[in-house]
Amino acid sequence: MHPALSVIVFTTASGAGYGLLVWYGLLLPFCNALNERIVAFVVLPVALLLVTVGLLSSTFHLGRPERAWRAFSQWRTSWLSREGICSFVTYMPAGLLLLSWIVWPAPGGLAVTFGLVAACASLVTIYCTAMIYASLKTIHQWYNSYVAPNYLALGLYTGALLLAAILRLVGQGSQAVEIVVLIFGLLALAGKLAYWRFIATTRHPSSPESATGLGGIGKVRLFEAPHTEENYLMREMGFKIARKHADKLRSISLIALFAIPILLSLVAISGGEVLAVVASVVAVISAALGILVERWLFFAEAKHVVMLFYGAQAV
Amino acid sequence: MTSLPETLPGQKKLGLVIDLDTCVGCHACAVNCKEWNASGHSGPLSDFQSKSDGVWFNRVHTFEAGEGENSRTVNFPRSCLHCEEPACVTVCPTGASYKRSEDGIVLVNADTCIGCKLCSWACPYGAREFDEDDGVMKKCTLCVDKIYNQNLPESDRVPACVSTCPTHARHFGDLGDPDSDVSRLVAERGGYELMPELGYKPVNRYLPPRARKDGSSCGSHESISLVDLASAKSVSQSKGAALLRWADRVLSR
Repeated sequence: MHPALSVIVFTTASGAGYGLLVWYGLLLPFCNALNERIVAFVVLPVALLLVTVGLLSSTFHLGRPERAWRAFSQWRTSWLSREGICSFVTYMPAGLLLLSWIVWPAPGGLAVTFGLVAACASLVTIYCTAMIYASLKTIHQWYNSYVAPNYLALGLYTGALLLAAILRLVGQGSQAVEIVVLIFGLLALAGKLAYWRFIATTRHPSSPESATGLGGIGKVRLFEAPHTEENYLMREMGFKIARKHADKLRSISLIALFAIPILLSLVAISGGEVLAVVASVVAVISAALGILVERWLFFAEAKHVVMLFYGAQAV
Repeated sequence: MTSLPETLPGQKKLGLVIDLDTCVGCHACAVNCKEWNASGHSGPLSDFQSKSDGVWFNRVHTFEAGEGENSRTVNFPRSCLHCEEPACVTVCPTGASYKRSEDGIVLVNADTCIGCKLCSWACPYGAREFDEDDGVMKKCTLCVDKIYNQNLPESDRVPACVSTCPTHARHFGDLGDPDSDVSRLVAERGGYELMPELGYKPVNRYLPPRARKDGSSCGSHESISLVDLASAKSVSQSKGAALLRWADRVLSR
């Protein structure tokens, strides 16, 4: 599948933003470091900014962005519509949470309530984003039970990285948050490795024989294409990257998204204050690069079943 | 609405039956489809230019199946199959993509489509092509603006691809009615659906190429011998059979 930059930015930025909201909402009752006004004034705007940038970016993928509001209507059947609604709904508890910190110096139970609601809504939104892809039977690399856990784990991991860095920057560094980073970093890594193993060892059930129904005669291969130039289908669904290229990009994402941030989080936990600030900020930058590469691969490595009509022997 | 209409028994299911035995791969169906639809319900359709892909609702592939002398070269027109359970409809976030309850035709409302392209990702048959000039998705309409057109003589009220086919390889009708001409043709020729394993229940059917008349592609690799001919005769002719068997034995030395 063609890796559109707008969709890569949408899924990664909104994933990290919602992940940040989840951790802030969930840890608020337990973590004293979060109960500071300055923390709320940095964390919540950053989370909302990331989510908003992501959602705006997704509209660049549309042929008619001015009609985007129509996407709120078909929640009964469409995961894309559900995602749109959930992302919109999440603004309410998140906005009220920020408002409560603006109105009261210590909103207490009110902030905890809004925080929990925002955390739940954020989790549901990340799940809906994943299901846009995981519900497509036409793409074996997406239609599997690894995709949704991967999206959730990566959203939570990148969100935790952001929270850890913000807390260090405002002088409220929390080792508990850094331990969350380590746990979810390892979980997300395990999920990604399991996903790569799955797509390397399994295939889509369809074949050129079932696509054409000519399997009874023998093995089916394309003799002549319907057109000499590329068409929309070939460009959108037939995006190809060299295998060697993919392996390199996988290594880059493993190092930038997992190895460097996890090591730097260990440094932040054990090192001095200044070192911890630098380590946690560099961890976020490295992870940002890594997640963009990871998401690029998620699209580029996905093979669409329609390519069976265009000479692919398996998808 | 992108929820699918409830299927009732005896529901009308308009669709195409494509005969892979008689299709000569001339692309006339694709060209006439483009001509009609460039000025009809979905028109204009963008053409191939430096910045846009040409939008066509019908593409004619050619496949080769089998090996050696038993292989067949098959022309294979590919267009929307107007599935009974089209995922392209249910994934649509706006309701622009819909399936008509009255005849089962799958259409896109170009006035409400946001051009998110998700429907084209959901379709395994490549039936949908994005029109970059209009910013919306387009697809085969089964010539909805032709088959019900009161201004045309009744004989012309068939999809453009069907009326233009020089070898009558394309048939149009109600596949929901078991007694319709197209349904009978499907039953007679063993018409099949594409990628049934995905469960979208396409309405269109493809008729397989007929077996070769010389028998060489009937699935048997053995050449016919006199013994076969002899044993096929009835018992009352056993004397002649014995003679032929003997002749076969002698000639086979």
